[in-house]
Amino acid sequence: MTVIFKEETFHDDFTFRNSPEAVKRFPFPFPEDSYMYSVNLEPHKSYRPGSVYERTFDVDEHYVSEMRDRARVLAEDPLRCQSLPHMTLAGWDLLELIMTSKAEEYPELFELHRDGTKWHWINRPLGIEQKFTFLDETTLPYGPMEYITRQTQGDFAVLDQRDDNLWMDAGMVTTQADWSLDFDIGMNFFEWHAPVPKAHEMGIFQRALKFLLNVQQGSPARRLNWTMTVYPLLDTSPENYHKWGVMKKDLTLENMGQMMHLRVELQTFFRLPRSNALVFPIRCYLIKLDELVTVPKWARRFHRVIRDLPTELATYKGFVTNRPKIVEWLSKYDDGAPTSPGIWPD
Amino acid sequence: MLEGTIPSRPVYGALEIRPGRLHLIVADAEGAEAILDLAASAPPDFFAGAQIIYLPKKSGDKFVAGLEQLAPAQLYVGPSYEAALPRLRRVLAGAHMGLQVYLAGTEGLMGQAMLEATQAGIPHSAIQAEHRGSTVRRVQCVHCKGITEDVTHDPFRCAHCGLHLFVRDHYSRRIAAFQGVRVDAEDPGNIPESVERFR
Repeated sequence: MTVIFKEETFHDDFTFRNSPEAVKRFPFPFPEDSYMYSVNLEPHKSYRPGSVYERTFDVDEHYVSEMRDRARVLAEDPLRCQSLPHMTLAGWDLLELIMTSKAEEYPELFELHRDGTKWHWINRPLGIEQKFTFLDETTLPYGPMEYITRQTQGDFAVLDQRDDNLWMDAGMVTTQADWSLDFDIGMNFFEWHAPVPKAHEMGIFQRALKFLLNVQQGSPARRLNWTMTVYPLLDTSPENYHKWGVMKKDLTLENMGQMMHLRVELQTFFRLPRSNALVFPIRCYLIKLDELVTVPKWARRFHRVIRDLPTELATYKGFVTNRPKIVEWLSKYDDGAPTSPGIWPD
Repeated sequence: MLEGTIPSRPVYGALEIRPGRLHLIVADAEGAEAILDLAASAPPDFFAGAQIIYLPKKSGDKFVAGLEQLAPAQLYVGPSYEAALPRLRRVLAGAHMGLQVYLAGTEGLMGQAMLEATQAGIPHSAIQAEHRGSTVRRVQCVHCKGITEDVTHDPFRCAHCGLHLFVRDHYSRRIAAFQGVRVDAEDPGNIPESVERFR
């Protein structure tokens, strides 16, 4: 599969679009017609060639433009990328994991040549060629985590494991669903999830933590999460909420199909070999409602999910005000027919 | 009393005497009452090995004489946390194994002093905190990153960028502050009436 990288923006004129091929491989997150929290973790194994689950780190048609958007956000606010001093080794672990995976799985796009600690990295889509010494920070233009995550789609939380807990001690966060790395850095698993309603009482975080503490090297895990975003904004950070929050008012029944996006996070979890840290990539995929309803099964199901979602969750996910409009628009695409199990198009 | 809590916010207990070579006590305003209560159960030589850093704030002289009567090895009474900070850092820098830290008073004071202590390498297990007195909050504006001290009202105006912020319960120990978020972000100008939530 040859990827053709699109020229598009996620701000100002918002030219982001999905090609029909990208729509078909979109990670639709609902296996049934209703939604509630669950510890929906599964092994991050390759399956369904062409799907976002095929490769360790999916590279798609939005890659180059997303990396440009990340650089733009970092120039405005460098606090989106931070690493506490003890996390540098985990950064090297992450760099190694990404470089080796991408070079192996996308040989036409990436190359990695290793001669002992002398490494040579070639990133063709971004036009980067870098010779450096592994584990020597002075040979890279940024710290190792920042260097490689400026070249990899998705946010990255790097979690230190100690005292039977996970601590958010480093991260690259520019495409987030409204949480602040700068505020949350240094927190443990329960602390950074503190604002999430209901899930604490349901025991979700206790069970999820138990699972994550036991993720083994070479056996990564994954899950999907979702929310909704008006305009194709990758950067829906709390830092900039005073700028993008007002954009939600622009939504009408007429522009719904182009303006409203389902935002899905493919979250994966990898144990890192030297540091024993856990890296938590959070990859954001956006799809316009006009694009989503081209798959009839998704259109029917999405209408039912949004219509029946508990108010508390719609509030937390930030679309409770717009929900009646969204449901009205989606209802046109729901003829009441039953839907098949699972997330894939029929 | 403090309002219902969420998991990112520290839980405060009641100070108790612990064996140690040096006892560092940091308190503001009504936090002095926690020290005086602690004294009731202290062994006779306890305060001979204790240093007290006390910031009376609005309580004025009310508790100072009582603290003097405890005859601590050192008693510092200062005008503000900022003014006391160099001294606090000096004490922590010189600390040996066996230092016990006791914090009492407002959340803002305890949070900042706890941060200093942990950054100086004092283990959490050697730091105790007891909330007394005012429930005013120290709040960081998530937009401009400026911190507003002693917030009583919700929403309130950021002392730095001027945005109207609502006060979340989400708390960062690293910043020792709650998070403030623009209240009228989705509907600029529509600012709910400000209510005194913390006093």
